[in-house]
Order: sequence, then C-alpha cells, then structure tokens
Amino acid sequence: MATVRLSFSPAPVHVRTARLVGVAVARRAGVAEELLDEVRLAIGEACTRAVTLHRQYGLTELVTVEMSDSDSYTVRVIDHAPIEASVGLTKLPPDELADESLTDDALTTGVGFALLAGFVDDLQVRPVDDGPGTEVRMVWPVTRR
Amino acid sequence: MELSLADRTVAGHTVLEVGGEVDVYTAPRLRERLIELVDAGARDVVVDLERVEFLDSTGLGVLVGALKRLRTAHGTFGLVCAKEPLLKIFRITALDQVFPIFPTVEAATERDGSGPVS
Repeated sequence: MATVRLSFSPAPVHVRTARLVGVAVARRAGVAEELLDEVRLAIGEACTRAVTLHRQYGLTELVTVEMSDSDSYTVRVIDHAPIEASVGLTKLPPDELADESLTDDALTTGVGFALLAGFVDDLQVRPVDDGPGTEVRMVWPVTRR
Repeated sequence: MELSLADRTVAGHTVLEVGGEVDVYTAPRLRERLIELVDAGARDVVVDLERVEFLDSTGLGVLVGALKRLRTAHGTFGLVCAKEPLLKIFRITALDQVFPIFPTVEAATERDGSGPVS
C-alpha cells in the first residue's frame, strides 16, 4: 500500500515537484543518504519519460507516482500511454550517441533509460493492469526503520 | 534552484556557466541560449557545469545537440565538470566517450585543449 501518492498533470514543471517529494519520502523511509542523489535522478527520469509520452500522445490524464516504504522503498511511476510506446527503451552504444541521424527525442529516451538502468538495481517496466499504460517500478533498500 | 546561465569569453572561447537544475522543464532554455551563442558566431564553446545541482537525460540531450551543431560549424565544444555525481552520469550513459570533459575552465580553454570536434 502506498505511503504517499502524488498525481500531476503531464507538464514538465511538475517533474521537479515529484523529485522533491520522492526524495523527502525516501529520506523519511530510511534510504541511505548516499543513495538519495540516485533516487532523485531515477524518479526524475521515470517521471520525465511519463510526461513526454503523455504529451507525445496528447493525453491529459494525470501521471501517478506511488511511494511505499513497507520493507524497502518502492516507487511506482504510472503513465497511460499506449504500451508500444514504451518499447523505445533501448540503451544506445557510444558511437551512435552523437550520430547525426539520431533525433533529439530518441537520444533523450535512450539516455534516460541508460540512467534508470544504471542507477536502479531493482528496476521493472511492465504494463499496467487496467487500460493502456506502463508502470516503472523502482526499489531501494531501507537501512533504518 | 532555478536554472542560471551566464556567458563570458576566456582565451578566445565562449564559456557558458550553468547553475541550478537542468531538467525537462529548464533544458529548453539552455538549448535556446546555446543556439543563440552559435548563431551569434561562437565557434569554440565551453559549458561549465560546476554549479549544476541536477542534470537529467533532457539536459544531456541538449548538450549533445550543441556538440553536433558546433561540429557542423567546424567549431569545438567542451564541458567543465569535476563533480563525481555528474561524472557518473556521463560514464553510465557512455557520453564521457562523446564529450571532451575538463576539470577546470582553464584546462578547457587552452588553445590546444578541446581540439576540433571530430
């Protein structure tokens, strides 16, 4: 069950709010101080991805972030974009990163996924149970209860 | 903290000092400023990230865009960054192999420092 649930309209300005809340709840949950930068970046990337997809598909539905601290600190970022959109999560090899043919959007998506995968040991991306959408689930250990 | 941008000239290079948070909300302003600088004739550009508190994939995308733009214009592009959390972001994304990254503005603006963007 979520300890804190935050829903926001898919606007870039709200991603910072989600990061701030996500880190505040992580600190309160007992996530180690040295992991908080990674928590902040990963929640930001997952929310940026959700906002970008909603805007790409013209969706006005809210993006939801659920934070739970039962046995570990679990953050779920839920979007409502068509599932096929999330298949764009691929890590790019270095020689393609500055390739002229790579679009800015494709680059940002690839780099965003590389950051998520690099900073979150326990990461799952799966379809939501009801309707279109994807859930990005990230788990961090809790050291103090 | 909000994004701050300030440019100055050091040893013939245009140095853009960036401060605060570069994310999906603020990155478009960084992109606009870099385009303005190149359009105004800057060809040897250094982006100083020392005062950056947060940088995400959108910000990285803007920096790659500037690198490509200067490569097309036969210019040079380098970054100044000595903060380990930011350097880790460049390593994880393999962008440390794409950008010339220097520890100080002085190192980045040495005449033979960054070299032409290949």
